[in-house]
Amino acid sequence: MATAQNRSGHRPRTLFEKIWDQHVIADLGDGSNLLHIDRHIIHEITSARAFENLRKAGRGVRCPELTFGVVDHVVATVLGRNEDTNPAGGSFIRNMRRNCEDFGIRLFDMGDRRQGIAHVVGPELGTDLPGCTLVCGDSHTSSNGALGALAWGIGASEVEHVLATQSIVQRKPLRMRVVFDGTLGAGVSAKDMVLHLIGRVGTAGGRGCVVEFAGPGIRTQSIEGRLTICNMSIELGAKAGLVAPDDTTFAYLEGREFAPKGAAFQVALSAWRELSSDDDAQFDRDVTIDCNGLQPQVSWGTSPQDVIGVNEQIPDPDAIADSTRRASIRSALDYIGLTPGAALAGTPIDYAFIGSCTNGRLSDLRAAAEVARRGKVSPGVRALVVPGSASVKRDAEAEGLDKIFLSAGFEWHEAGCSLCVTANNDVVPAGKRCISSSNRNFEGRQGPRSRTHLASPATVAASAIAGRIADVRAVLDGRL
Amino acid sequence: MEPFRLVTGVAASLPMENINTDAIMPTRWIVNNKDLGEGLFGVWRYRLDGSEQPDFVLNQEPYRQSRILLGGPNFGCGSSREEAVWGLARFGIRCVIAPSFGDIFQENAFKNGLLPLVLPSDAMAALSAAMDGSNSRELTVDLEDCTIRTPDGTRIAFAIDPARRQFLLDGLDEIDLTLKLSDEFEQFQDRDRRERPWIYGESTPA
Ligand code: SF4
Repeated sequence: MATAQNRSGHRPRTLFEKIWDQHVIADLGDGSNLLHIDRHIIHEITSARAFENLRKAGRGVRCPELTFGVVDHVVATVLGRNEDTNPAGGSFIRNMRRNCEDFGIRLFDMGDRRQGIAHVVGPELGTDLPGCTLVCGDSHTSSNGALGALAWGIGASEVEHVLATQSIVQRKPLRMRVVFDGTLGAGVSAKDMVLHLIGRVGTAGGRGCVVEFAGPGIRTQSIEGRLTICNMSIELGAKAGLVAPDDTTFAYLEGREFAPKGAAFQVALSAWRELSSDDDAQFDRDVTIDCNGLQPQVSWGTSPQDVIGVNEQIPDPDAIADSTRRASIRSALDYIGLTPGAALAGTPIDYAFIGSCTNGRLSDLRAAAEVARRGKVSPGVRALVVPGSASVKRDAEAEGLDKIFLSAGFEWHEAGCSLCVTANNDVVPAGKRCISSSNRNFEGRQGPRSRTHLASPATVAASAIAGRIADVRAVLDGRL
Repeated sequence: MEPFRLVTGVAASLPMENINTDAIMPTRWIVNNKDLGEGLFGVWRYRLDGSEQPDFVLNQEPYRQSRILLGGPNFGCGSSREEAVWGLARFGIRCVIAPSFGDIFQENAFKNGLLPLVLPSDAMAALSAAMDGSNSRELTVDLEDCTIRTPDGTRIAFAIDPARRQFLLDGLDEIDLTLKLSDEFEQFQDRDRRERPWIYGESTPA
């Protein structure tokens, strides 16, 4: 069968295929390609074994200048922290420092003004650029697609491969497009859009695909909102998520520390303007989401697909025909301690967490502070605000957001992953319920037997004040 | 990498959908440098006081000796932690059979000589039925002839990407193979530096 060609004589391609094609070093002849990696971000946990193996094999790092190191997962986030505040963290951090020194890799260490979560600092420093390939040993690397990069998470063996060869062996994923239509109402944000999408298509809905997010709902989002959406591509099971770069992207990048400058920026810009899917490009899967009337979303179970509007009812497993699905809803409700058919809003909470690579950026803290300044954290609730990077923390403090949080009874922290993954000793105790702006509500994710409800930063702040899962719109209207 | 040709052993079943890598290997076993074989399915295998949860399949005989795991759809979704694969391997598991896998988990498994075997749901059901009708819990997974054999002689064929199969059979080192392409790599970068100089930091701070 002849391949479809467009008027210019080329087979129409999606954005991801264009980036892919540009990075092929070799066709390995078995359905896989060797791809060049433009940016490799490494962190203290997944790079540890990779460096150990490199040393054992007597191999070097192929392109240290294209590699950037961060410490984020194990760092303590309490003010006045040091590298041993988290007892298990010190050895990871020192090991990371030694590895980066020995192999000549730039490290945004503790104490550096650029320290922070990998997927927060990459965009804000301009290491993440349109059209580049970017990998990191962390599944939420997909965040970086917000700038028009092809960015995906890899395992430790692949980290070792990229360190040694600055390239990766890949089979071409499928193409998926998600179009967000309509306009968001007040109190509803990018997080609600992506949670709703995952609720609709499920955690396997994007498996094997690179998802291109498009439509007016994406174009009107800031880069920070797009980062939140691309961040959770992995919760759709997708390999990566990306947004075609536009003027919002270019304006965001200009002047960032590692972005090209002056004439070089102009040269890059003319190439970046070419980065979009052809009008007649084909997608293997297409989904449209209407944002009109979208409620703030909150998860009720132990998978990111277990999500409903804040005013909807918790599902009843007995009403589900599919037996596997029925069993998994039952076990999720049993773990999370909620009643089928009951209202989700009003469920009392013990913890509230604002932070993570999903929602630890300045605009997230602004949205939460806008709510926080209207009340006080409910007695008995512990509420943490953990900026995604040192730079977010500085900017927030310059605006006085820290004061708003502190006077409302929230804790104010240093940058790190914190309660998103609890690798740094911040833990939700067993049986306690936490509403969280992070991305995973898996069993035990925030601590053994902890219970997690995913939501937007504004919804988390509203719930912290109400002491129960709350509709942020009611707080903003003065009804709560 | 240890080659994979054939594995015979006890097969345990965990048929739930979307078993994520946090469940396979909880964070605390990773950061505390504990034995990853012990941490495998830690959230389900142990009670809060650290004692074993007797209901959990891997705490029962003969499944403590499992070498094969039968999983549900989207097995290994979630985080990129390769410790999930290392934990399975350390426990003794060489093959996970499931209707589908999380992408990064599947990639990690291949890199560690652990076979992530995709079997469509109807074949999974036939396999479970064959096992239910037998006293033995043992299966054989043969990568040379691409079949699963049950003790009663049932043979179930499976499909696998030929390149992936050869990789496992030979136990190849992918980094060695890639380093052989260093000429192609150099040519790529020479050309790319001219086309996209901004990628190589020509205008970025030292
Ligand atoms: S904030 Fe959470 S999801 Fe993001 S990199 Fe850290 S641990 Fe991973």
